[in-house]
Amino acid sequence: MSDKQDITFTVNGEKHVIRVEPRRSLADALRENCGLTGTHLGCEHGVCGACTVLVEDQPVRSCLMFAVQAEGARVRTVEGLAAGDKLHPLQQAFWDHHGLQCGFCTPGFLMLAVGILERDPGIAEPELREALSSNLCRCTGYQNILKSVLAAAAEMRK
Amino acid sequence: MKWVGRPLPRYEDPVLLQGRGRYTADLAQGARFLRFARSPVARGRILAVNAPPEVPTITAAVLGDVKPICPRLDRPDYVAVAQPILAHERVTYVGEPIAAVIADTAAEAEDLAEQVAIEIEAETPVVTLDQALAPGAPLVHEIASRNTLIDARFETSDVSATFAAAHQIVEFTFTSGRQSAVPLEARAAVAAFDAATGRVTLSASTQMPHLLRTGIADALGIPEAELRVVAPEVGGGFGQKMALIPEYVVAVWAARRFACTVAWIEDRLENLTASFHARDQRLHLRGAFDADGGLLAIDADILCNVGAYSNFPATCGVEPLMALADMPGPYRLREYRARARGVASNTCPMAPYRGVSRPVITAAMERLMDCAAARLGLDPLEIRRRNLTAEFPHTSVTGVVQDAGSYREAMEAAARVVDFAQFRARQQTARADGRWLGLGISVFAERTGPGSPAFAARRMVITPGFERVELAMDPSGFLEARIGSSPHGQGLRTTLAQLIADEIGITPAEIRVVASDTDRTPYGWGTFASRSLVIAGGACKLAAAMMRERLQTVAGQILEAAVSDIEVSDGRAFVRGTDLGVEVRQLARAAYHQSHRFPAVAETGLAAAATYDPYGTFSNACHITIVAVDIATGQVTIERFVVVEDAGRLINPMIVEGQIHGGVAQGIANALFEQVVYDDGGNILTGSLADYLVPTMAEIPGLEIHHLETLTEASVTGAKGVGEGGTIGAPAAVLNAVSDALAPFGVGIFEMPITPQRILQLLREARCKAQ
Repeated sequence: MSDKQDITFTVNGEKHVIRVEPRRSLADALRENCGLTGTHLGCEHGVCGACTVLVEDQPVRSCLMFAVQAEGARVRTVEGLAAGDKLHPLQQAFWDHHGLQCGFCTPGFLMLAVGILERDPGIAEPELREALSSNLCRCTGYQNILKSVLAAAAEMRK
Repeated sequence: MKWVGRPLPRYEDPVLLQGRGRYTADLAQGARFLRFARSPVARGRILAVNAPPEVPTITAAVLGDVKPICPRLDRPDYVAVAQPILAHERVTYVGEPIAAVIADTAAEAEDLAEQVAIEIEAETPVVTLDQALAPGAPLVHEIASRNTLIDARFETSDVSATFAAAHQIVEFTFTSGRQSAVPLEARAAVAAFDAATGRVTLSASTQMPHLLRTGIADALGIPEAELRVVAPEVGGGFGQKMALIPEYVVAVWAARRFACTVAWIEDRLENLTASFHARDQRLHLRGAFDADGGLLAIDADILCNVGAYSNFPATCGVEPLMALADMPGPYRLREYRARARGVASNTCPMAPYRGVSRPVITAAMERLMDCAAARLGLDPLEIRRRNLTAEFPHTSVTGVVQDAGSYREAMEAAARVVDFAQFRARQQTARADGRWLGLGISVFAERTGPGSPAFAARRMVITPGFERVELAMDPSGFLEARIGSSPHGQGLRTTLAQLIADEIGITPAEIRVVASDTDRTPYGWGTFASRSLVIAGGACKLAAAMMRERLQTVAGQILEAAVSDIEVSDGRAFVRGTDLGVEVRQLARAAYHQSHRFPAVAETGLAAAATYDPYGTFSNACHITIVAVDIATGQVTIERFVVVEDAGRLINPMIVEGQIHGGVAQGIANALFEQVVYDDGGNILTGSLADYLVPTMAEIPGLEIHHLETLTEASVTGAKGVGEGGTIGAPAAVLNAVSDALAPFGVGIFEMPITPQRILQLLREARCKAQ
């Protein structure tokens, strides 16, 4: 397992060259090689979605993807959402509408929602509910996550 | 300007929203990693633990005189059992830690752990309550005969005669499946040895850092001063992160032994199999009623499968004793007999999980009310009306004092919201169309914020209860509030700041709440039992009143006015009725830098501290849900879920509603989806989140929440606890609704979770019976 490979990819617009074991997941590479610990690991078997990041603008479970598969890819994580001090409309909406409690699932939900709204800014509530059911939250009962994403969608359409 | 009562956005959030929050695993950079080799069998004798020489292995023998975890209750009906930090001689459940290895990365540690060969002579385990209680059953612990770790009883004088004279007796057995709290962040520890001081700083995903420090120091036989415990951001707990666990003891031991930083990051399989479980209970309940539906007596046999060991500090008595004491809930009751047992088995140990027994006993009691109503031809609202406690304070049959609440008002309000009469008409129409709708009611009273008297009544040797808060204003006028409690998602940094701001007359933005660090905060108990807002909040209010007096004293001196004429508001002290005033930050500066002018506050400076240890206060609520049951698939769809909650004064309504949302979702999950399943060999079949079904947004409906605010005198802030209520009330409402929907088929639900498979099975059985 020690035959490490070099990979080059872009994370939040910044080029990273890292050396990883082939078995290393993208999540571990982001957290440990790139120091981006905002991406959380809740189950490491692809159910909870806490580790969701965007790869080429698609929401991806970074625990189920090997880092080497991200060679040359454009990856976005929660750390890249805000523009300096200005929160992304989704981050602002989660803050305004109490869309988080312990905050552990939040980065995954934010990245999932960014992926959904960028693809379909006018997504209807039933489809949005279905899409957001990709990820698990244990604190909020999902009430304010849905409310936050709907509010952000309205804001982003302006 | 007043801050209490406003839905202030949380101070906690900006950091968490930007991925900058530090959870324990985020602190593991540069650490060496621990991995545990765990028992693959549920019961047996350890013959050998062998590892290749290049794999340095920590076993019980290597740990030497590290003491086991042995939680105690001071009662003759309790058997204390000791849990070794690493199993030796015997294993008692699948997942029990036997050995640990250490490596430079988590992946290497996992590789090494697989090379540890554990030879075990397997024996037939006892997994279920029936197996554990069977005559001649193998004993999990030699000292606990009949596998009974606690056997508590309660009986009033006239129970048998009351049953003999009763108009109606309703009797059934109610079963709850085993459940897991499943915090999204599993448990984690990073233990860092500091060569300069010889101390270890343990960052751990815990709900009670101070007691964790006590427990680890006791196990290792070291002074507490050699250990600092910090709970960084904690990704949910729900009770599972209350207890002391062997893994944390080993992490601190290894950091000291190897003089380095050691991390243990639990994976989800470990969390689902070897962390704590809960709610594995069976109740046999008999209720005696008079002809008018008055509840006369309850006779309850309560069995809790508590797994292989007793959790520290709550003990394995936490579920049976809670059920025994709180069974009557919101109802008046004179005659009560109960036996509550905690039964050991070769399964993962039980620990408190949001609601502790009350989701189960509330479901059983509310089923009892509906069954009695049906038997007597009464409306389910009417039978409750006739039995709910309406005069307060009320001393329950078990001696628990319930402070002012709104048990009946909450139910009437919820019934109005759903338009009960209109639903019955709609239900009739739907039935004619072959659609099966049901409405379920759940009324409950929840003991929240219990202080030390409540735990002493349970005869705990360790009685959690008080909270202490220390306030200090710095020379710039910024206030630091150091609290003994330890939040993990509840927004306490915001709500406590709101309380303190109002009491002093400053703004929450000028207050920083410091928590979860044993070096920086007074000894306290942490967050559990819906207690932190009530108890830490009460202590904040008391300390803040003292702080305001100190500021008034300084202001009186500066403004040359009587202290009683000084008001503090919006960060400014002024002489009442004049425009003569001074900014609080100027007072702070003067108090420090010209202290000779203020001899009256010289001794304390701008500091104040208070301790609060109340008896506890009861929240109450009514949940009503409307469901549709598809009799072809067994699928239950929740159409509507209404909560009328009385949590006393609302400090931050947005946060209160968030607590109810999350609680109800877990309650619905308990009612419909979640169950830890063991096979006959004691192996867990639900070791992933694809098998243990935590609901998603698709399963949780929109929740409608309404508030009542009974202002109790049992809490100095008027606030009652609200962390657990949602989980306590929701299962009962769902089970009553499913039973109501299936009433035409003669099917009633007496178990949770009620899965589609079980609904279909019950329908089949009912059909066979009918033929």
